[in-house]
Amino acid sequence: MKVTVLIPGVLRTATAGQSHVDVDVPEPATLATALDVLADTYPALDRRLRDERAALRRYVNFYVNGEECRRLSGPATPLPADAEIQILPSVAGG
Amino acid sequence: MTVVVAIGTRKGLWLARSEDRVTWELDGPHHAMREVYAVAFDTRSGVRLLAGSSSPHFGPGLSTSDDLGKTWDEPPDPPMSFPVEDAALERVWQLQPAPATQPGVVWAGTQPSALFKSTDGGRSFEFVEGLWNHPHRPEWEAGFGGQAVHTIVPDPVDPDRLLVAMSTGGVYRTSDGGKSWEARNKGIKAYFLPDPWPEFGQCVHKVAQHPASPSRFYAQNHHGVYRSDDGGDTWQSIADGLPTDFGFAIAVHPHQPDTIFTFPIEADGNRFPPEGKCRVYRSQDAGATWQALGTGLPDNFWTAVMRDALCTDDAPVPGVYFGSRSGEVYASPDEGETWHRIAAHLPDVMTVRAAVIPA
Repeated sequence: MKVTVLIPGVLRTATAGQSHVDVDVPEPATLATALDVLADTYPALDRRLRDERAALRRYVNFYVNGEECRRLSGPATPLPADAEIQILPSVAGG
Repeated sequence: MTVVVAIGTRKGLWLARSEDRVTWELDGPHHAMREVYAVAFDTRSGVRLLAGSSSPHFGPGLSTSDDLGKTWDEPPDPPMSFPVEDAALERVWQLQPAPATQPGVVWAGTQPSALFKSTDGGRSFEFVEGLWNHPHRPEWEAGFGGQAVHTIVPDPVDPDRLLVAMSTGGVYRTSDGGKSWEARNKGIKAYFLPDPWPEFGQCVHKVAQHPASPSRFYAQNHHGVYRSDDGGDTWQSIADGLPTDFGFAIAVHPHQPDTIFTFPIEADGNRFPPEGKCRVYRSQDAGATWQALGTGLPDNFWTAVMRDALCTDDAPVPGVYFGSRSGEVYASPDEGETWHRIAAHLPDVMTVRAAVIPA
């Protein structure tokens, strides 16, 4: 099934400038499996989103249809068809 | 003669370039908004610049440039991965090309405390399991800066010999290419532990060696300045003559094994130069006596120099360089006798490395 991933401007060098990427995820789909598919095409993007254990980076937020995944089931959050994953860096630093 | 100084800061990398080591051109930031804790010039074949950087948001990475920063290359896959469940790469603290007899070999020290080896000039790295599996590892504690292998000293002759230092943990040495490691901290004090003379657990800030004297090491400790003349087996204090024994950095003259440079800081609890005076201290007799070097350096310098932010180049009359948390970089074209400020108003300087660039 298709889901859409919205890429923040600061990471678009890793997606050849694309602001959103459609990925075809096998069902049942979760945030983690969608990111796995995304990683196959964009490995340089993936390692900015997740560490080598595939753990989500602490200061990157993943909104699934508008809800941050950590308020849902984290990487195991189920994805409905045509889900939209919006990736946004959190407010941090100085 | 062209000299390039790589200045890694908390928000990117700057490159300073000079023909006379008095007038400098500054170029940057490269890797803007990334914390650059580790840089290295690999001059064994051409000049490759390696930069370990990390983003608070997007994690660590390692980039290389073969044209002095005009272009950078960063492989899409992570340069280093912890092949274990309980750790992930947080930061690259040290990048150390091996001697010229081992072309392509580059060592990397990381947070959490681990060692990686590259045999392709820093493009990819293998995890050194021997150090990770050391039975002491569960007792290596994090210092304020994190728990990291921050110092790697390859033996100039024997490719199987290597010394690393970590905070905390102290000094470890291998004689079999990294398969097994022995703590080598006898004589180094850990005043912050109930037993101040433990086998390991010290907070060694930096270790330096001259390739012509492979059995001799110098160490700047978390309080304590030491020398070992037996390959690290035992250490003796060389702090007499310094205004304080605290500091982070220590560097060796590239041509004189008995000449070393430090930047003393008042104390763990008072991290300023003594009296706020910016001074490099030099010993020309392996730590027996010390001389303050301050011509061209300021007073009222209420900042500190970090463990990798003091270095030399390898010119016939070597230059000496250091950077500060206040974003200033000073250079001496004459072994520390006189100094010029070559950069100011940068972010906190974490590392400084210099190289003479072949014509």
